[in-house]
Amino acid sequence: MNKVNLEIQLGKVNAIIGENGAGKSTLMKILSGVYADYEGEIIFNGETVRFKNPKEAQYSGIAIIHQELSLIPHLSITENIFLGRELTTAFGVLDQKKMTSRTRELLQKLKLNLDPDTPVFKLKVGQQQVVEIAKALLSDSNVIIMDEPTSAISDHEVDVLFGVIKDLRKQNKAIVYISHKLDELFRIADRYIVLRDGQSIASGDMKGMSKDRIIQKMVGRNIEVLGNPVASESAQRILSVKNLHLKPEGSSKSGMLSNITFHLNKGEILGIFGLMGAGRTELLETLFGLHPKNSSGEIWVDGQRLSFRNPSEAINSGVALVPEDRKKDGLVLGMDVRSNISLTVLDLIETAGIISTEKENELADKYIKDLSIKTSSKKQLAKNLSGGNQQKIVISKWLATHPKILLLDEPTRGIDVNAKNEIYKLITSLAKKGLGIIMVSSELPEILAISNRVIVMSEGFITAEIPISEAKEENILKAAIPKSI
Amino acid sequence: MYPCWPKQINMLRKIQPHQYKDIIIRFQSLLALIILCFALGLMTDIFFTSANMLNVMRQISVNICISVGMTLVILTGGIDLSVGSILALSGAITAGLLKFGLELPFFDTFIGFTLFGAILAGLLTGTSLGAFNGLVITKFKVPPFVATLAMLTIARGFTLLYTKGFPISGLGPKFSFLGTGWFLGIPVPVWISIMVISIALFITNKTKLGRYIYAIGGNESAAELSGINIKKIKTIVYAIAGGLAAIGGIIVTSRLDSAQPNAGASYELDAIAAVVIGGTSLSGGKGTIGGTVLGAIIIGVLNNGLVLLNVSPFWQLVIKGIVILLAIIIDKHNSKNQ
Repeated sequence: MNKVNLEIQLGKVNAIIGENGAGKSTLMKILSGVYADYEGEIIFNGETVRFKNPKEAQYSGIAIIHQELSLIPHLSITENIFLGRELTTAFGVLDQKKMTSRTRELLQKLKLNLDPDTPVFKLKVGQQQVVEIAKALLSDSNVIIMDEPTSAISDHEVDVLFGVIKDLRKQNKAIVYISHKLDELFRIADRYIVLRDGQSIASGDMKGMSKDRIIQKMVGRNIEVLGNPVASESAQRILSVKNLHLKPEGSSKSGMLSNITFHLNKGEILGIFGLMGAGRTELLETLFGLHPKNSSGEIWVDGQRLSFRNPSEAINSGVALVPEDRKKDGLVLGMDVRSNISLTVLDLIETAGIISTEKENELADKYIKDLSIKTSSKKQLAKNLSGGNQQKIVISKWLATHPKILLLDEPTRGIDVNAKNEIYKLITSLAKKGLGIIMVSSELPEILAISNRVIVMSEGFITAEIPISEAKEENILKAAIPKSI
Repeated sequence: MYPCWPKQINMLRKIQPHQYKDIIIRFQSLLALIILCFALGLMTDIFFTSANMLNVMRQISVNICISVGMTLVILTGGIDLSVGSILALSGAITAGLLKFGLELPFFDTFIGFTLFGAILAGLLTGTSLGAFNGLVITKFKVPPFVATLAMLTIARGFTLLYTKGFPISGLGPKFSFLGTGWFLGIPVPVWISIMVISIALFITNKTKLGRYIYAIGGNESAAELSGINIKKIKTIVYAIAGGLAAIGGIIVTSRLDSAQPNAGASYELDAIAAVVIGGTSLSGGKGTIGGTVLGAIIIGVLNNGLVLLNVSPFWQLVIKGIVILLAIIIDKHNSKNQ
């Protein structure tokens, strides 16, 4: 993130708009004291402040309501609201009565008609959000930051939430509202601030703005085309997906897939774009056999119908997945480079269970050279490598399985520009060798730079399929923005 | 050995002053052991006699068997509390079959057991109980702590049922060779523990199983995505831990010439202590068999030294606990600084 200037006004709903990775979350983490290591100034109520931790920010009156709610399910509403600042009597005993009555007041103020003793897990997500707001009001916060508050709640609950927000505005609180659902911003926001690539691009009054103009600002005009979208026009199908459905787990709406049908050719790079919660990751996971119980539909690889029940089946049919979070799902960080590369193919380099050191070294050397992985040695621990090189190790370990289809989930997340370009070159060269590649990304420039065809997803559906010649930031983003609010 | 020396000396020459600290940290347990031995050598006359050394090695051989299995389990990110009870049951079954054979009243048959058969039955008992632990943990998703805690009680209960609460004694000189015999001037139990250590070193360093154990403990989700059958590997590991506990049980039984119904009680704690002192991380993925062996030796030497110094057994417990705490605190401190 660099050079962000913004102004948040009391008594207004300030919307912060930007694509994934534009820097919204980072900004909020700075404002709420999670990141203390930044340059620049935050002026709050006329004073320069620097919050060293979330507690300090809370004390000064900035409350944040996270996308993932931070309530404790088995405690009651009262207990949650007073968590960490319980009222006690003179003897040091909890003053239940006083806390319950304060909670009741707060809930009334927020028009939430519930018994303060109800355990939080019994509440709907929308109601839980209101409890979070009540928590913020208790500490008399003047600034309330809401991160994607409507991502998991029903339309009716959205109406209730908006009512609460309007009341808060009347009480002269500043609301910071982060969302990429443009329609709802037009309903609720007074001001907008557009972030892009870690910079504040524009800000102003919501009144008089049109959706298209905001999208324009989100995208920017000057996108550099990095790669070369021309690829072999091979018509040989390598993957067909028909009517793929995925039931969500639990009660949340996100994480579902509806009626997904598409195909992938040999040597083709298919870009899949979607905003957070569009179902991109879930799609790749389903193809890789990670949701055997909830998914239905047909998957054909190379003319053969497959029912992926677990990853090893997918791997055997020639499918490989480079996961979104390489530290969490891709690498064993405490193991060395060599062992990480060989982890998927130990079966091929062992006899009677004993690993052949020679073959393993050969394998590691080959990929370190082929992908020019920068490491002091193949015995270096994976955690000591840079993000780009770590990603190359993950790609190596999958190339070692000789896949026909490579699924890439956010392949360049969190790596620097040069490394990104190297990864793009690698992806295009793999496609030239005949691999079918599906690249999920929330970075439009990279989708536009190297895909041959673009599929846009939104709320679990495919909302557009666009050949690269017609793909523009505007039409992709338009298809990606959720219709329901 | 000889060709290694020049290289080693060369390495020592290349060490920069600031690297000494790293080396001390790396070999801290070894260093602690050397200091401990040195101190005991000064304070007592008999510590450094070969008889006493072999005695220590024989005393820790059972703990080594158990803690090697415990290391594998802990490397996958699990824990096994049932090894003490499995040890007792396996020992009791070996002793019982050897002495009384197996009577099947319904079929009016009697099966006698040879020495080899009885030992095999004991090993099978331990291995299958371990495998059962693994199945409960992987199929029913019971946390290892709870699953093996339940097995701790179950196996102890079966031991008491099988022995009716009395020791099974008088098992013959052939069987007692395993626990009391000598071979090439070294006690047989020490040979057994050396074999166990070698096999475990081989598994952890050279085999696919070993690699998978580290991968699962290091990052289970990445391991699963790499197509590794996590359930299978974990079950195998718990089965190995059970089998090694059975080996421990057979040694104990043979040494005492008697299967005690309460044998092995709280042995799991000594094993966990050895693993932890040896630098294996309780969250899995990091640690070595060598470290655990060192940990077991430290505990053994400490026990031995405290006895030689005539420290009261009650104080011995207190001191042992403090040593475990110190080991962990130093380890945490060092890994934070690195």
